[in-house]
Amino acid sequence: MSEPEAKKRPGLAVWLPLALFAGFFVLVMFGLFRPANREVSSAMIGKPLPAFDLRPATTDKPGLAVAKFQDGKPKLLNIFASWCIPCAVESPQLAALAAQGVEIDGIAIRDRPADVARFLATNGNPFAAIGADDLSSVQLAIGSSGVPETFVIDGKGIIRYQHIGDIRAEDVSMILGKLKDAGS
Amino acid sequence: MIAEIGLAMLWMAAALALLQLFAGALALRPGGTALIPVVRPLAMMQGLLVAAAFASLITLFLTTDLSVKLVAENSHSLKPFIFKLAGTWGNHEGSMLMWVTIMGLGGGFVALVERRLREDTLIATLAGQAFVSLGFYAFLLLASNPFARLPEPAPEGQGLNPLLQDVGLAFHPPTLYVGYVGLSIAFSFAIGALVTRDVGPAFARAMRPWVLGAWIFLTLGITAGSYWAYYTLGWGGWWFWDPVENASLMPWLAATALLHSASVLAARNALRAWTVMLGVVAFSMSMIGTFLVRSGILTSVHAFAVDPTRGSFILSLLAIYIGGALALFALRASTVTEGARFAPVSREAALVFNNVMLCGILGIVLVGTLYPLLTEAFGQKVSVGPPYFNPVAAIFVLPMIVVMFVGPLLRWREDKAARVTAPVAIPAVVAAFVLFVLVLAEPQMKLLPTLGLGAAAGLAVASVIPLFGRNLRRTPLPTYGMVVAHFGIAVALAGIASDSAFSTEKLAAVNVGDSQQVGPWTIALTGIEPIAGQNWTALQANLSASYAGGAPVALQPQARSFSSPPGQRTESALKTRWNGQLYTVLGEEAEDGRWQLRLWWKPFVPLIWLGGALVALGGALSLLGRVIRDVTRLRAESKIAWRRERQGR
Repeated sequence: MSEPEAKKRPGLAVWLPLALFAGFFVLVMFGLFRPANREVSSAMIGKPLPAFDLRPATTDKPGLAVAKFQDGKPKLLNIFASWCIPCAVESPQLAALAAQGVEIDGIAIRDRPADVARFLATNGNPFAAIGADDLSSVQLAIGSSGVPETFVIDGKGIIRYQHIGDIRAEDVSMILGKLKDAGS
Repeated sequence: MIAEIGLAMLWMAAALALLQLFAGALALRPGGTALIPVVRPLAMMQGLLVAAAFASLITLFLTTDLSVKLVAENSHSLKPFIFKLAGTWGNHEGSMLMWVTIMGLGGGFVALVERRLREDTLIATLAGQAFVSLGFYAFLLLASNPFARLPEPAPEGQGLNPLLQDVGLAFHPPTLYVGYVGLSIAFSFAIGALVTRDVGPAFARAMRPWVLGAWIFLTLGITAGSYWAYYTLGWGGWWFWDPVENASLMPWLAATALLHSASVLAARNALRAWTVMLGVVAFSMSMIGTFLVRSGILTSVHAFAVDPTRGSFILSLLAIYIGGALALFALRASTVTEGARFAPVSREAALVFNNVMLCGILGIVLVGTLYPLLTEAFGQKVSVGPPYFNPVAAIFVLPMIVVMFVGPLLRWREDKAARVTAPVAIPAVVAAFVLFVLVLAEPQMKLLPTLGLGAAAGLAVASVIPLFGRNLRRTPLPTYGMVVAHFGIAVALAGIASDSAFSTEKLAAVNVGDSQQVGPWTIALTGIEPIAGQNWTALQANLSASYAGGAPVALQPQARSFSSPPGQRTESALKTRWNGQLYTVLGEEAEDGRWQLRLWWKPFVPLIWLGGALVALGGALSLLGRVIRDVTRLRAESKIAWRRERQGR
């Protein structure tokens, strides 16, 4: 393991670390400034909602059927569950949206009526209707893979936007914008 | 008021760093010698000021001053004291302030005690340290001010992420940061020596204790972090190849390589350019790791907040410091000739092999960490995990361990293989014997754990062989340090291999009153009860576990719910025996009233962290030996100087 180049003047090799770092730099520049579509953008955007008709998830709100989304008014469809912590975290934002006159319908995933009722009692109830999706079948059919997720649905029942994860306070105006776009 | 004072001190520290940089740069020019005496005091003052700024932030957190934005967002008046303290660095701004504080104190400490280094190289080093600090001061003051006030004081704080509400948070980040940022000293040393063309044995001897100090903390931090992940995350795993874990491993690998190559440079004046480059690379890895985790560019459990502005700020700092240092290296490396030659069978050759292997591991970890980013550039989302890292790392680790059998026994410059055949044969026979027994007794065992156990047994023996035939009293402490550290690697490797080979896992839904079997343990669920803590409530399972029919011991795993902010965390319960650990986690309640329990029996798993602690202890022994030697030498020198002065009169 002697160094054969011990006496040689090091040539281009000394620039190699810098070159490697330059490669790293370009890579992370790309990562940092690429457009903000970090989420998997849904393949369902621009497509109509699949057919579904869900039983009520709780006693005091009606269940949810796809026909409700074809009344000409854009709505939000919120996928949530009583056992999901981020869903509780986003409840003030949903309340803020509801207070602005947005109609929000919910689908509760793999939940029990008593748990949903308790969740709504604790975190507020911004929903017009809540369907129960016991086997995640509707959730998967509309291209959602987790909770919470929120969809913007236009007046013809077409999916316009999918928000993955909880809605943060800074997302509220963006969601309102998407609803406005869906209404026009 | 305290917030304003803290901010003012931070600005003043930054101003002093600027002065330190200019004074240092001017002092190195011809005719600038008048400035030499001011550089050391500037560095010390800067360290004290930034430490005072950090102390102000700690005070704000301890008193829960809710008019400060950072406190309101990350603390809560009801939090226990220790988490109020730890909350200071459990967030982005606070941890960056801790970062510059350690950097400032490190520079100040160098200015205070470093006497070995040539004066001009020391000045260049301190100027380099100030230059690096300045970027992070700018980042804090311009993009992440920790002292910002709210327009209206908040009525109550938002609290700390429940995952972080653990005693580990009080110790793990500061330890790790001392390690990360301590490497900035090696970085500045490398820059200083490149600037003054002073890369030689004296430089290596001066740099080594600083690297060693940082490396000890890094080793402890990684070990503690691994144990923290093990018992908090409740998955029974101890290393997940998460980007943030890789971010701590990469500087450690570079620093380990640097320690070994510095000893070649110190003893034999060889590997000059290589050592200087490792000095640059080690801290670069700290910065890259921090950037990758903080910018949110890679998804990690440790990302505080995804913020592209901050990301691009840190990225520019990386470009300036790493790019600049590597460019300086490329320009100056040709004037740093490689130095003394050595034979293929020699201590140097073994250390070069070790360096190549460590850098190989570093390379594969870096590639694995960045690979998701790379494929994303081509439109694919992938995640890289243990199936890649484990076998590929083993390709480098196993040969390195075999060379560790031999390396410490070889002489410098040139040696005969025949001379070390006998002492190497002992560990080789032990390793072969263990492999043989394992293959006979456990034929279904996987390849890597088998090889790992064999290598660990061999290394455990090989690591103490350098002590044979020596006068143990006169053996220098650094030699003991090496022995203990290498033995620690063997211990950790044994733990890793036996965890992956012998762990048994049981997921079960259990009625109260029923029991389950995992490994030699019988575990009965005797009850479930609610428990309340200072800022959490929990469901607690009362388990009664008995090892091979012995006396039962109580375990109480909990599922905790935190209210501010809302969150949940499992609190695993562990029972450690000399031959392994029982690991229990309480899951959710099933539909029919049964409770989910996750149970693991992990033979010899505590060896992993014991090994890590031994490695750190080895480093500490070595550092202690070197410090004692330096102090004795300085005393002797000052005595001689004093005598001369007296005789001169």
